[in-house]
Amino acid sequence: MADYKMHVLVCGGTGCKASQSELIKKNFQNQLEERGLDQDVQVIHTGCFGFCEQGPIVKIQPDNTFYVGVTPEDSREIVEEHLIKGRKVERLLYTDPTTLGQITESKNMDFYKKQVRVALRNCGFINPENIEEYIGNNGYAALGKCLEELSPEQAIQTIIDSGLRGRGGGGFPTGLKWDITRKVEHEQKYVVCNADEGDPGAFMDRSILEGDPHTVIEAMAICGYCIGANKGLVYIRAEYPLAIQRLKTALRQARQYGLLGQNILGTDFDFDIEIRYGAGAFVCGEETALIHSMEGKRGEPTFKPPFPSQEGYLGKPTNVNNVETFANVPPIITKGAEWFSSIGTEKSKGTKVFALAGKINNVGLIEVPMGTTLREVIYDIGGGIKNGKEFKSVQTGGPSGGCLTKAFLDTPIDYDNLLAAGSMMGSGGMIVMDEDDCMVSIAKFYLEFTLDESCGKCTPCRIGNKRLHEILEKITEGKGTPEDLTKLRMLSHVIKDSSLCGLGQTSPNPVLSTLDNFMHEYEAHINDSTCPAGQCKALLQYIIDDEKCTGCTLCFRNCPVGAISGEKRSPHYIDQTLCIKCGACYEKCKFDAIKIA
Amino acid sequence: MPKIKLAEKTITQIKEVCAKFNHEEGELINVLHQVQGRLGYLPAEVQEVIARELNMSVAKVYGVVTFYSFFTMLPQGEFPISICMGTACYVRGAEQVLSEFKRQLKIEVGETSADGKFSLSSLRCVGACGLAPVVTVGEKVYGRVSPQQVSKIIAEYQEGCPAESKSA
Ligand SMILES: Cc1cc2nc3c(=O)[nH]c(=O)nc-3n(C[C@H](O)[C@H](O)[C@H](O)COP(=O)(O)O)c2cc1C
Ligand code: SF4
Ligand code: FES
Repeated sequence: MADYKMHVLVCGGTGCKASQSELIKKNFQNQLEERGLDQDVQVIHTGCFGFCEQGPIVKIQPDNTFYVGVTPEDSREIVEEHLIKGRKVERLLYTDPTTLGQITESKNMDFYKKQVRVALRNCGFINPENIEEYIGNNGYAALGKCLEELSPEQAIQTIIDSGLRGRGGGGFPTGLKWDITRKVEHEQKYVVCNADEGDPGAFMDRSILEGDPHTVIEAMAICGYCIGANKGLVYIRAEYPLAIQRLKTALRQARQYGLLGQNILGTDFDFDIEIRYGAGAFVCGEETALIHSMEGKRGEPTFKPPFPSQEGYLGKPTNVNNVETFANVPPIITKGAEWFSSIGTEKSKGTKVFALAGKINNVGLIEVPMGTTLREVIYDIGGGIKNGKEFKSVQTGGPSGGCLTKAFLDTPIDYDNLLAAGSMMGSGGMIVMDEDDCMVSIAKFYLEFTLDESCGKCTPCRIGNKRLHEILEKITEGKGTPEDLTKLRMLSHVIKDSSLCGLGQTSPNPVLSTLDNFMHEYEAHINDSTCPAGQCKALLQYIIDDEKCTGCTLCFRNCPVGAISGEKRSPHYIDQTLCIKCGACYEKCKFDAIKIA
Repeated sequence: MPKIKLAEKTITQIKEVCAKFNHEEGELINVLHQVQGRLGYLPAEVQEVIARELNMSVAKVYGVVTFYSFFTMLPQGEFPISICMGTACYVRGAEQVLSEFKRQLKIEVGETSADGKFSLSSLRCVGACGLAPVVTVGEKVYGRVSPQQVSKIIAEYQEGCPAESKSA
């Protein structure tokens, strides 16, 4: 990094941007200019640091001080105290929740200690809008090595030897896919990057594109060189404006530096990349649907074979890979297959990025070696369950995955173990649930998603999922019968077996896994008309505790349907036939007198 | 076919976009993105012009518009409110926030309030799961929204111009 003595890195990820990190950056700049320090200290917007829970995050280099929860007003103090006088602003340092001591550097925080960053290596370290920083961090060295030293076959062999498998969900060996596409003879082939990221509650791919767009560009060019393609396409969700903007900037810079375009690095290899926009359809993440969508059509999947490698975009051989898969490629080429395959488990090599969210203390973006256990992720990195509640379940694999119980906490995470446990790796969403989450409602939530997103092409998926949803709705309303449980299971298997694409084939997984792991909750809804988690409104009753009610009339005044009656200064009463269970009284009561039964 | 009653200016705008993409059928989605970006929504009349310009059937255009949730055939409110219903937000109580918005604005998801000010939609993950539950109003993102904060957010936009207030 140029001649600056110090750098202020401000997180520019979506989460921190939503908490005014743009203004924080501007304030820093103004503070520095006012003091004539803007030639000595550079302010940079980086990609996501990962520790979203503690955002907005500001890091000072070279001393690596990691400030958390920074507000725009704090910039003055950091400039005056830290940058000028060299005294750290203690109140903005991270406090370790167990020792209560303050930690200045991220590498000493539990959140980061067990992480190994391969795909995220540059996120939060470099300015994603400056190609020189990427190059300064060994960027485009892998492309150079391929073009100058390795034949396409040798480069593919390196990827095969590394054991890299697709990070988009399926886990197909990446090198093998490249090799297949290379061997299909055709004068026009395509490299496609799948940045559709449909799993709701996951933000890995967008963070990579926001924080390190050049790694994806470099890997796509390498892929093009290997399979014999000179055209790349990135299919990205239109809902990701920041990622799109960073990618566009990066493409422009790569062209300026001759790293895209004709005769790259003085060789006869030509390659360029275009952006295609998704328009909000989960099924478009499926590769055949994605290709139809790029052709301007409805994004409906088609039967495989032919695989995209044989007949893809515009009928030409097309290699589709996920963003994170691509992000692993450059380091594998520069550091070698052996280095990569030394990380991970026997059949799952390398690391995996997860978007850790839900009822967990440290929500954020993490990257761990394959084989790390769920317990390590949830407790050591994630800092345990929010508000000291009891852990109930962890969901991986998004709408195609399953809900695992405590019994699986010591399972090492890899493709095969998660499948065996009844869930799947998926693209990396990981949602933690606590005692307050009703598992029947969670299954219903995922089915609602599937219903919205089914393309409607096949009957089992279009209608079968609707029936599943109806049964679940019945159960959450307390109208379920024991036969419904058998029906759920049977129907689920029919849908799995007879749907065309991965969406339908996996859509009943949340139902099946909750049936397997949380049967007692289903039974409680059906047999006892109760929701153990207290989530299902139809099964709740709000009642007033006579002992605690002071007759302040606050509930009476807030009930939207006039279900509450009573004299001033004497206990009130809720008429259950009128109550719509909105919970307004429960939230308003200052005396804790309203109970949920 | 119903008579197209679009303003001349609007039709020119649509034609410009189609020309930019060489009237190619394969560019339909890009064309729709740009036209919706300019007009705000894609009513039937607009789809007819696009179909003519790209030399394809209106049914095909309609088929694509209705397939993708990003495209809308109804005009949005002046301040479009979206509640994230991604999993991370759902488990942190997005449903309650959504019902509070519905209750206070007296509209359902997909509708626009009578005064044309607010429209309500739900979306899936805006990528700020750390701030769940998340609500967006136009470009602005509100994090850790509780049902109690809903009236405050609405009030910010009620007076016409949004106050210079803080998110999260
Ligand atoms: C319903 C469905 C949704 C999918 N969504 C995505 C997605 O959002 N991102 C992704 O990379 N792959 C997704 N996939 C997997 C892709 O079809 C494809 O396997 C993947 O992009 C291949 O890349 P990889 O080998 O690098 O993982 C989805 C698959 C299905 C069946
Ligand atoms: S399984 Fe569902 S999403 Fe997939 S093709 Fe069939 S209807 Fe469409
Ligand atoms: S699930 Fe709401 S922002 Fe991600």
